[in-house]
Amino acid sequence: MIERSTILEITGLTKRFGGLSVINGLDITVGRQEILGIIGPNGAGKTTLFNLVAGVLQPTAGTIRYEGREIGGLRAWDRCRLGIGRTYQIPKPFSHMSVFENVLTAAVHGAGKSIRAAREQAETMLELTGLAADHAQPAGQLTLLDLKRLELCRALAVEPRLLLLDEIAGGLTDAEVDTLLGIIQRVHEKGTAIVWIEHVIRALRRLCHRIAVLHEGAFVTIGEPETVLADAHVKTIYLGE
Amino acid sequence: MPRHQRLSIAVGRIVLVGAAAILAGAPFFLGAGDLTVLTEFLCLLVLAWMWNLLAGYADIVTVGQHAFVGVGAYTFYGTVVLLGVDPYLAFAAAALMALVIALPAMMIVFRLRAAYLAVGTWVVAEVLMLIAGKLPNFGFGSGVSLPVRVAREFGARPDERFATIYWLAFALAAATFASTYFLLRSRIGLGLTAMRDNEEAAGAMGINLVRARVICFLWTAPFLGLAGAIITLQKLRISPPASFSIIDWTVFVIFNVVIGGIGSLEGPILGTALFFILREYLAQLGTWHLIILGTLSIVIILIEPRGLWGLLRRVLGGDLIPVSHGARPGFGITRKS
Repeated sequence: MIERSTILEITGLTKRFGGLSVINGLDITVGRQEILGIIGPNGAGKTTLFNLVAGVLQPTAGTIRYEGREIGGLRAWDRCRLGIGRTYQIPKPFSHMSVFENVLTAAVHGAGKSIRAAREQAETMLELTGLAADHAQPAGQLTLLDLKRLELCRALAVEPRLLLLDEIAGGLTDAEVDTLLGIIQRVHEKGTAIVWIEHVIRALRRLCHRIAVLHEGAFVTIGEPETVLADAHVKTIYLGE
Repeated sequence: MPRHQRLSIAVGRIVLVGAAAILAGAPFFLGAGDLTVLTEFLCLLVLAWMWNLLAGYADIVTVGQHAFVGVGAYTFYGTVVLLGVDPYLAFAAAALMALVIALPAMMIVFRLRAAYLAVGTWVVAEVLMLIAGKLPNFGFGSGVSLPVRVAREFGARPDERFATIYWLAFALAAATFASTYFLLRSRIGLGLTAMRDNEEAAGAMGINLVRARVICFLWTAPFLGLAGAIITLQKLRISPPASFSIIDWTVFVIFNVVIGGIGSLEGPILGTALFFILREYLAQLGTWHLIILGTLSIVIILIEPRGLWGLLRRVLGGDLIPVSHGARPGFGITRKS
């Protein structure tokens, strides 16, 4: 079962910064067809977890297996080439390049396409994420909403099989969240597994198959959205009730 | 893009092409003195483009660029004078040797990052200069002049010689520009430009940061070596302090790129041109000339980190030398979301 239907399998993952332990023996498996939501209070280690999976940070201990292969020692760009795409909570655009070039770069280097083939891919992704009209603008001049769109657009342009979304819905209006959900739904239907860190519970509830609650560097609860969100212990941790 | 911006970009391009055309024909209407200055200008421009590629794109802030200029100079002298090789082949040798030396230099320097890397490049350059000063056939620490017979190969009369050397410098600058332009237009360049803007995101989008840095470092070496060879031919002399001059081949170059605008092809042109104009008019001020230059670079950096070209680009609204990629014409115009 693990061989075929699991895309990501993390066991005993630990990350310490000096004496501070941010991730503490974390275990999780993510299915190929799955959308997994991750919630947790600030400082629970959510973004650190993404940095470990994406290769920005090296784990202190534990294993990260992606498509059956240990990737803990690979650099970020190699993991991207294997099909791990990510967005940043605080957008990191290529500010002086145009929106189009931002996406083109991801398609060329992340998906390994020629510039010619990547052009088409970039245009498709810009249309999907609603950025087509802004394609010629320098990315540094975009509004926050459009920067979030660009994060998603770039991550999709690498043709990920595993997509890591870091608070992509934060700060959006209800209507904008609905648009975003539509895009994510379509991406998922094309066969992309998604791990999604989010504070906008409404969004997670709509799309996620499971929700995991991260607390002090480990998952305390994993299960179906309704069950997890109704859990009294989760409410205590997350909402401080 | 508004019409007046399209117009000003067009004017800017005409100025640029016009300047290039004047440079291409300079020996037909300029004397030896002016040609000497312009030869120096073209060599410094090559150094500026190369430093800009390393520091402005690949985040390799080197202060040891003069190492490869010196290696080029010494190799040129060695092959042409000591081995008696054809001078034009000696240019190829200078380029090749710079590339060969760049390999071990890279192994040392790339173990370091940021400020440590800068110091590392400097140390490598100083060591190479000290080695050059120990070479018996190269005049040890005081250096040696090029025999007149070598200079004659480039023209019997001094006028002819200056013209030939100038054209060599022009050819080098043109080749540097064209190849760097195509590098930046390629997929590697796309990655480099992304690295320039945000390194972490570039890595996450699949850009192999290590490979990009290696390519850049090795790319610059032969051009620096060739510049060193041409400078030697012009000055007719090699010596450790002059051929490996950190002030002439690195510090001024850094000023020029920073003042002109780092991370663009236009910036180094603007900065190097300004440097020569200031030098011509302020040289009689002696040390003040350098104080003014230093102050100017600090002021410009504080106002606009991307230099004079950064300021000018905002007015023009676009690049004069377009290395960027666009979507197909008309894309996104009909669908405003």
